[in-house]
This record gives sequence, C-alpha cells and structure tokens, in this order.
Amino acid sequence: MNLIIETKNLSVSYGQTEALTNVSFTVEKGDFVGLAGPNGAGKTTLIKTILGLLPTSKGEIKLFGKTKEKFNDWGKIGYLPQKLSTINTLFPATVDEVVTLGLLSQKKFPRRITANDQKRTSETLRELGIFDLKKRMLSELSGGQQQKVLLARALVSNPEILIFDEPSTALDPESRESFFQLIQKLNKKNGTAVILITHDTGYIGQYANKLLYIDKSLVYFGKFSDFCQDEKMNAYFGKYEQHIICHQHN
Amino acid sequence: MEILTFLQYSFIQKAFFAGSFVAIVCSTLGLFLVLRKMSLIGDGLSHVSFGAIALGLFLGIYPFYVAIPVVMIASILILKISEKIKAYGDAAIGIISSLGIAGGVILASVSKGFNVDLFSYLFGNILAISITEVILSVALSFVVLTVIYFFYWDLFSATFDEEYAKTTGIKTNFINTLLTLLTAVTVVLSVKMVGIMLVSALLILPAVTALQFAKGFKTAMIMAGFVSLISVLLGISFSFLLDLPTGATIVMMNILFFSLALFYKKIT
Repeated sequence: MNLIIETKNLSVSYGQTEALTNVSFTVEKGDFVGLAGPNGAGKTTLIKTILGLLPTSKGEIKLFGKTKEKFNDWGKIGYLPQKLSTINTLFPATVDEVVTLGLLSQKKFPRRITANDQKRTSETLRELGIFDLKKRMLSELSGGQQQKVLLARALVSNPEILIFDEPSTALDPESRESFFQLIQKLNKKNGTAVILITHDTGYIGQYANKLLYIDKSLVYFGKFSDFCQDEKMNAYFGKYEQHIICHQHN
Repeated sequence: MEILTFLQYSFIQKAFFAGSFVAIVCSTLGLFLVLRKMSLIGDGLSHVSFGAIALGLFLGIYPFYVAIPVVMIASILILKISEKIKAYGDAAIGIISSLGIAGGVILASVSKGFNVDLFSYLFGNILAISITEVILSVALSFVVLTVIYFFYWDLFSATFDEEYAKTTGIKTNFINTLLTLLTAVTVVLSVKMVGIMLVSALLILPAVTALQFAKGFKTAMIMAGFVSLISVLLGISFSFLLDLPTGATIVMMNILFFSLALFYKKIT
C-alpha cells in the first residue's frame, strides 16, 4: 500500500470554535478522491491543514509516511487554490514567472532557476496548450486562462498528488470538461493521486473512485460505488439526496 | 561642456556614488513593498528614525549607529503588533511611527542643544555626505542587495501569493521579517539623501512608475531601478545647478517621471 496522506482523528479549531472533529482517512497512489460537503463543512479547512497552512488542534497527519512536522518534500504535492482568491491578479508577473514558482518546492537555499527548470516550465505550458501565453502578463488573461496557468504551476514539479479546491469555478463548460479529462489522464496514466473539492458531485461520480464527505466531521469515506448502496448513508442523506449524488455517477 | 564642470567636485562625486547605490536599493525593495500594500511602512520607519537620530544626538553617539538598530527593532515591533491586532490593518505603523516622532520631540525639548542638527535630518542633504557615510551607505546597500539576490525567488513567491509560497516550503514569516528588516536599514540610509519627510517617496515612486509599463516582475525591478537612479542623478545635478534643496529635487524628479509615465500610458 502506497500511502500518500493519512489523517487520524484530525481536529481543527479557529479559536474556541471547532471547525473539524475527528476526521480520519487515507489517500493512496492512484486514488481519485472527491471531497464534498455543504458550505462551511470544513473542506477547505481540511485541505489547508494538510498543506500546513493551518495548525491541527488534535490528531495526526502523515504525508508520504512522515509526520507533517518532519515532511519537507513539498514538490510531491501540487496545489491549486480556490479560484484566484489569494492572488493579486494585477501583479506584474509573466506566465512563465508564475509557473516557475511551482518548482521552488524542489529547491534548497539559495533557490535558483536553471535552464532545465525553464525547459520544464515550457514543457508544462505545452502540455496544457498555453505555451503561446508564456510571456504574457497574468493580469492580461481571462479567468479561465489564469486558472490554467495556476494548474501549470501545480503540475510543473511532477507531483505525486494533486489537490484542487473548487478548480472549475472560473472555467466555461468546454474548458471544464477538458480540465477534468486532463486530471483523469494524469490519474490513470501516471498514477497521480488527486483530491478534488467540488460542490458538483456529478464530477465526483464521473471521475473519482472514492468519496470523502464531511460536515464538520467525517460523514463518509470509501468507494463511491459503495456510498450509493450504503444504508447508513441512505438514512443520513435521505433517499432523494443520496439518489441525486449517485444519479450522475457514470 | 562647462555646465558639467560641477562633476569634478568631490562632494558631487560622493553624492553620485552613494546616491546611486541607495537609489537602486530603495527601488528594489520598494517594488516588493508596493506590491504587498506595505508602502507606508517606509513612512512609519522614517518617523522612527527621527526619534532614533534624536536619541543618538542626545547620547552623543553618531546618529546612524543608533538609528540602524533602533529602526530595525521598530520594524519587528510593527510586524508583531500587526499580528496581534490583525483587524486594524496598518494601525501598527501609525502606533510605532507616532512613538518615534513623540520620542524625538521630547528628547529635542529636554536637551535643548541639538535642535538644528536634528532638523537638518528632516530634509536631508546628500551633498554634505561624509566619506564615512559614503562607505556606510555603499556597504549596507551591498548587504541589502546581496540578501535580495539570494532570497529573490522566496521574496517573489511570498509577494505574489503568500499562501501558495507556504505550500512550497517557503518560510513566509521569516521572509516577511527579512523584508521589514531590510526596509529598516534602507530607510536609515535614505534619510541622509532625501530626509525623514521624503524617504517613502524613494521607496514608492520608482516602483509605481515602473508598474505602469512593466511586462513582468524582473522587468519591473529593472525599470524601477533605472527610474530611481536617473531621478537621483538628475536631482543632485539640478539641485546644485539651480541651488535647490537636494532631497526635494530628487523627489520632484521621481514625481516628474511618474507623471510622464501616467501621461504616456493615457495617450497610448
């Protein structure tokens, strides 16, 4: 078993308010995990805690077999944050400068960018079909193009797991389909594990093999197909809602 | 050309030499500060340098030797207070800045002997720069630029997207502390050139001028450096030739370039 992420009884608090309680799950090589739950359920909190952006209040996280405190191989993890929420999109950065930032996780002080790094950046842009944007400013691009640039930043280090937080919000339906197909290709062909946060459970059904459903605590973690047959889930969601989630599963 | 004979004066040469280094340091750091919406930290720290210089004069110690550590400590305090009272934005800058000014005024009032010296720092005069100050300015500028060179990608990443930078293993708290400490040193260096009242102009104006045209981060940094350097050299020259205050003339040159940049952007 190739464990990439393992959480045990993970709890996260904001001051006195507990945002997540006792969440345990694992992600293995080749897994495609759909992370779902209502608004405010703690999905982004869970991801940010795994990435070390938020502290845990209880429990344990292991990344590639190491505790979070000892883990430093951040190049193995590619992260695409929720839309461009944390980025000043007027920042004077070219597309290749932004994508290059994804390679810093593999470098030690003093971080320097080599000719090979530039080659890798160009390759990634080509793979995503946006090589012609290489010298364009991020601020000049459409929302969908910006999202692709950030995807390139997540992919450039050849990560073993990709974590996406609502990645399709800025994409039109056509770009959305090609985006998910690309992720599926990486998952199937390279065995890259994926965690996908989305409200659209249809995409989870279509692409993910596992479902992680949380609502401040763990509601369900397991195979998506089992979820649809699960009596407990039927009791939790009610027949109608469970059917809606499973209905779109191909 | 006869008009250029002023370049033979050693005080002009010293001013050009030290001013060029300080100009490039200010513009480079200024770009990070402007993009992080931290422009006013330069203003706040320059006010602290007023109090620190007063303390140096009060104690009879060369003012810059007191100002550099005091302003560095103040920069750390601004960071710490900002963390504690997050919701109040740049209130921490206001608190530390007023502490600097109030401390300086009280020391000046108590001593009654160095008001003239102290107020000369308010508007600076690079033409009166001593050889010790030239060496100090060049050496510290070199240190600041070297640190920026080694941490370039860390600073860029943390400025562009601090949250993402953390996920790539960059210690963003350390980078933020480093940036404010470098700003503290740069502010003290700039006081001699343009004075306490105008230091923030040297940090902000070249950066915002460059941002009107820049097509990339590196390009922005090079353009800001160029604008800053030319402004300082022309400012020193015009101030000597037209008998104008040097600091203010340098700032006016920066404002002229910024206005031209805005005008050019509007007509193209």
